[in-house]
Amino acid sequence: MNYKNLIKIALKALSNNKFRGFLTMLGIIIGVASVIAMLAIGQGSKRSIREQISEMGSNMIMIHPGNGQFGGVRQSASSMQTLKLEDYETIRHEASYIAACSPTVNSSGQAINGANNAPTTVYGVNADYMDIRKYTVGRGEMFTEQDVKKAAKVCVVGQTVVDNLFTAGEDPLGRTIRFNKIPFKIVGVLSPKGYNSMGQDQDDLIIAPYTTIQKRVLAITYIQGIFVSALSEELSDRAIDDITAILRQNHKIKAGDEDDFHIRSQEELSSMLSSTTDLMTVLLACIAGISLLVGGIGIMNIMYVSVTERTREIGLRMSIGAKGRHILWQFLIEAVIISVTGGVIGVMLGIGASAAIKYLAGWPVFVQPYSVVLSFAVCTVTGVFFGWYPARKASNLDPIDALRYE
Amino acid sequence: MEKYIIRVEELRRDFQVGGETVHALRGVSFAIRQGEFVTIMGTSGSGKSTLLNILGCLDTPTSGEYYLDGISVREMGRNDRATLRNRKIGFVFQNYNLLPKTTALENVELPLFYNPSVSARERRERAVAALGEVGLSSRLHHRSNQMSGGQQQRVAIARALVNRPVMILADEATGNLDTRTSFEILTLFQRLHASGSTIVFVTHNPEIAQFSSRNIVLRDGRITEDTINPNILSAKEALDALPVENG
Repeated sequence: MNYKNLIKIALKALSNNKFRGFLTMLGIIIGVASVIAMLAIGQGSKRSIREQISEMGSNMIMIHPGNGQFGGVRQSASSMQTLKLEDYETIRHEASYIAACSPTVNSSGQAINGANNAPTTVYGVNADYMDIRKYTVGRGEMFTEQDVKKAAKVCVVGQTVVDNLFTAGEDPLGRTIRFNKIPFKIVGVLSPKGYNSMGQDQDDLIIAPYTTIQKRVLAITYIQGIFVSALSEELSDRAIDDITAILRQNHKIKAGDEDDFHIRSQEELSSMLSSTTDLMTVLLACIAGISLLVGGIGIMNIMYVSVTERTREIGLRMSIGAKGRHILWQFLIEAVIISVTGGVIGVMLGIGASAAIKYLAGWPVFVQPYSVVLSFAVCTVTGVFFGWYPARKASNLDPIDALRYE
Repeated sequence: MEKYIIRVEELRRDFQVGGETVHALRGVSFAIRQGEFVTIMGTSGSGKSTLLNILGCLDTPTSGEYYLDGISVREMGRNDRATLRNRKIGFVFQNYNLLPKTTALENVELPLFYNPSVSARERRERAVAALGEVGLSSRLHHRSNQMSGGQQQRVAIARALVNRPVMILADEATGNLDTRTSFEILTLFQRLHASGSTIVFVTHNPEIAQFSSRNIVLRDGRITEDTINPNILSAKEALDALPVENG
C-alpha cells in the first residue's frame, strides 16, 4: 500500500465531511488561540512593569539611615544623621561591583519664578545621579563636578517644574528661579519620563549639587541617603554585601549588632512587582489551561464519535480489502490534517487576537514563542492521540462486526 | 479439467456463546465451478451467514478446508485475507454499503485504492468501465445520497466488478429493493453470469433460486439440497411481465 493512496483516501474522506472536520478543528482552534492570547496578556503586563522598573533604574541601590538608638530612645529613621559624606566617599572608592554613586539630600518646598510658584522637591546630588536614575538632560547640560565643589547655585529642572513656573512658554534655560528663597540658575531641562508604575510624576523635581543643598538650603553636614547603581542587576546582591561591610566598618558596628542603615535595591521592588504579575500570569495560564483542556476533551469526543459513527465504513473498507493498518493510517492522517490545520489557524487567530487587544484596548500584549509552541503542541498531540486511539480500536475490529454495526 | 472457484470440505464453524458451543456449520462440503450462478438458501439460523462470512474470507472455519481459486484460506492471517478479498472477491451487500456523500465514481474506485499495483489513471478508467457495465455511465458524479436504492445497488455491483474478482458474493442483494428493482438487479446478475462471471448469491428468498443455475439449501448447519436448475427463468422476462406502473 503506498502512502499516496492513503493520503488521498484521507483527504477524500475529509472533503466529504467538511462540517464534521470543521467542528473538530474548532475545538483545537479555540484551545490554541485562547492560550496564546491569555499568555500574551499576562506576559505583556509583566513586561510593561519590568520596563517601568528599569526606567527607574533596575540596578539601583538605595542606602538610607536606619533606626538607631540614642541613650535607649529609639529614633525614627529619617531623623538619623548616621550617614556622612565619608560613607559616600568610601563606597565610591572602595566598593566593588558599582557603576555610579551619588549622595542625596532633598528638601521639599516652594519653587518660585516671578509670579508663578509650585511645590516641588529639590534633590541635592552629584552628576552620577543621572545615570543611576536613568535621567537624561534634554536641553542645556548637567551641572559639573566643578559646580559641586563650589556649591554653585545651579540646577537642572524636570518638565513639570518648567510647565508650572514658565506658564507663558518662555525658555527656562539661563533663567533663575528661587527655591526657599535661594536663587538657582537653570542650566538644563530633563527629558520627560512621565509617571512611574506607582503613579508618581517623575518630572516634578529639581536637581542641584548636593553641596549647595547641604550648605545653603538645609544647613546640614550629614547626608540623607546614597544612591548607587550596581554594574548589573545580577551583581546587585554582591554590591549590597560589599556596601554593607564598608558601612559597618565605617560606623564601627560590632559583629552581631544591628545595622544603623538600610539598603534597598530596586531588584527587591522589581521582584515584588513581578511576583504580582507572575500570579496574574499563572491565573491567566490556568484559565487558558482549562480552555485547552476543554478543547482537548472536545477534540477527544468528536474524534471518538467520528470513528464510532464510521464503524460501518470501516467494515466496508475492510471487506473490500483494507488491512487494519490502512484503517489506522487513514484515521491517523485525517487526525493529523485536522489537528495541524486547526493548530495553525489557532496560532494565527491567537496572534491576531493578541494584536487586536493591543490596538483596540491598548493593553500591553506580548506573544511569547514558547506559548505558541506549547499550545500548538498540546492541541495537536491531543488531536492526534485521540484520533489515533479510536482508530487503533477500529483497525482491530472484526470486519463482520463492523459491517453489522448499527 | 474444470476450474473450481470454491472448494469447501467438511467445513465446521463453532461459536462460543455464553458457556455453550453453538455449531453453526456442521460439516459442509461443496464445490463451485467457474461460471456458475449459485444461490445459497436457508432460513435464519441455518448457518448461511456463517458460510457467507467464511466464503468471503471474513471469517475462518473451525475445521475443514476452504480453497478459493485454489488457495487454502484456513491458515491465512487477517492481512492476507484482506488482500485476498481485495483481489478475488466482489461483495454486494443488502444495504449497499456505499460511502455516504461520495460520488458513484469514487465509491467504485475504492477497492482499487487498496491495490497498489493499479495506477491512478487505470483506477479511473476501470471504475468508469465498471459503472458503464451496470448502466450508470450517466451518473458517474452523483453522490450516493442522490441515487435510488436500485442505482445504489448498481454502484455497489460496479464496485464489486472493478477489481475483476473470481467471484461476486452477494448477500441478500435484493433484500431492500421492491419487486421491479429486484428483477432489474437480478437481470444485471444474469447478464454478468452470461458473460462468464461466477456468482454466489446468499438469500432466504426462494424465488431467487429460479433465476440461478444451481441452488444449495442449508438447514441447521448442513446441506439438505444441492440441485442444478434445469430451467433457468429469465429475470428480464419476469421484469417485462410485471404490470406496467402508472407513469
